[in-house]
Amino acid sequence: METELKKYKRRLKYRKAVNLAVNSLTFLAALIAILPLFLIFYYTVSKGIGRLNLEFFVEMPKPVGEPGGGMANAIVGTLILVGIGGAIGLPVGIMSGIYLAEFGKNKFGQLLRFLTDVLSGIPSIVVGVVAYTLVVIPMKQFSALAGGVALAILMIPTITRTTEEMIKLVPHSYREAGLGLGIPKWKTSLFIILRTAWKGIATGVLLGLSRAAGETAPLLFTALGNRFWSTNVFEPIASLTVYIYDYARAPFEDWNAQAWTAALVLIILISLLSLTFKIITRSKYKTN
Amino acid sequence: MEKTKSVKKSVKSSRINIGDFIYEKLTLIFAVIVFAMIILMGYEMYINSKLSIDKFGWDFITETTWDPVEEIYGALPSIYGTLVSSFLALMIAVPLSLAVAVYLAESAPGWLEKPLSFMVELLAGVPSIVYGLWGIFVLVPWLREEVEPFLNEHFGYLPFFDGPMYGFGMLAAAIILSIMVLPIITSISRDIMKSVPSVQKEAALALGATKWEAIKIVLKNSKSGILGAVMLGLGRAIGETMAVTMVIGNRPIISESLFDPGYTMASIIANEFTEATTELYLSALIELALILFVITIIINIAARLLVWSLEKQWKQN
Repeated sequence: METELKKYKRRLKYRKAVNLAVNSLTFLAALIAILPLFLIFYYTVSKGIGRLNLEFFVEMPKPVGEPGGGMANAIVGTLILVGIGGAIGLPVGIMSGIYLAEFGKNKFGQLLRFLTDVLSGIPSIVVGVVAYTLVVIPMKQFSALAGGVALAILMIPTITRTTEEMIKLVPHSYREAGLGLGIPKWKTSLFIILRTAWKGIATGVLLGLSRAAGETAPLLFTALGNRFWSTNVFEPIASLTVYIYDYARAPFEDWNAQAWTAALVLIILISLLSLTFKIITRSKYKTN
Repeated sequence: MEKTKSVKKSVKSSRINIGDFIYEKLTLIFAVIVFAMIILMGYEMYINSKLSIDKFGWDFITETTWDPVEEIYGALPSIYGTLVSSFLALMIAVPLSLAVAVYLAESAPGWLEKPLSFMVELLAGVPSIVYGLWGIFVLVPWLREEVEPFLNEHFGYLPFFDGPMYGFGMLAAAIILSIMVLPIITSISRDIMKSVPSVQKEAALALGATKWEAIKIVLKNSKSGILGAVMLGLGRAIGETMAVTMVIGNRPIISESLFDPGYTMASIIANEFTEATTELYLSALIELALILFVITIIINIAARLLVWSLEKQWKQN
């Protein structure tokens, strides 16, 4: 009897030790997992901040050997590319999101939802190749338009799914109240449901746009890049990410340093956008 | 029976508002665009790689030479590089992300869980070009000066850790990829673990199980979903371009040593597409994109089905 109890106690001690070990190991894993985040932020800030000044935003890139210079053309280029992407991707993403939320409760909706998720898993370089065959080959020229088409394809799944989720967050009573007053479904959907959900949808759109701003691979052979000032959508155009790529591989220290600054600008932009997304969606959950 | 059906139908149709009809069909058109886009992508790449497909046939996949000068294009070295770098990345990332997911879903105190989850998501939001930049200037020198000499000294008898140490190579690519897929695997498996019905876990705790023993039950129930999460990570790793291109060294060779440079399908396309001077060259590159497209679609479909079917099953219970 005595030994039985001892055995049990020893066994319990062992089980508790295992529990503690697993708990500490998983905590350690969490620390290791976020370590790269801090490393990347640390290096980007410390190496990029030195050149983060007004000059970087308003001046053109200088030829090799001349110090200074900025990336005004690349910043404007990124904005134009994302703008074209948004102009194509926004209507498609939002409308298909509305369809999935309002009419997608059947098998067909299920299939479309599934395909949207699959589309989001297609590598961005493949999307770039498709934009090349669709736009660059027929037009016989690299262009901002081709880059914008690639970015649009990449942002559609994000926008579709957030639009759907945000519409679904709107309480049922809103819809019932509208329909109960005899308002047709489409009016209820557009003027009551969408109006309530628009904040969430807008942030989802921002998220999609900011991700597109960070894309490089699909721009390499669509928008190509441009050392000069260009706002013509039918011409090759510069972008921050392609600049980072070129400047990082160049054998000039001065260019390498500018690549870090461009990365810092990009990271600040993207973290700001995802932070606002977080805050706004969180307050949405609370009110419901 | 027939009659009630037709009556029901007429009642239903008379109630349909013309605005509603237009609204539904209009949004439907946009929703179908997504579907059409996937088909169009496959078709475009098939048509534009026809030249290379006709010339090389299935040999394209088994040919080990990639030589633009001689106009011989074989995908095997890049397929090898893609698979090896992705599997190595998973070997590093899977245990780590599962541990993090368990911590976030089960053990983390509330005040710590939110910021930690947020940071993991931020990691997913860092653009791949920034990972590449960090890879070139921080990771690669570190590997060349510290890690690779260390591995070579202690494990040099293994063919993986033998040979000249450049820093740029398969090992660097695998490490960068593991950092990039970690957030995906972590956040999906955390969500799955959280959505496991807690009845069994609570029963186990009530019977005196330790927390870890209860977590094991959760893990067992979410096995297929976790597999799906891992496959989604694999899909991402296979298609990842910029970060890999910047650190893998870009040479179309098959080598046992992880210190040696390699090539992936995505990085060949990124690196050589604008240099493709002949039609055959371009068409071979587009065929690589087509292979990449098919592989990632298959992986994604399988992974999503695993995750979806599991969540559906729980919802029904």
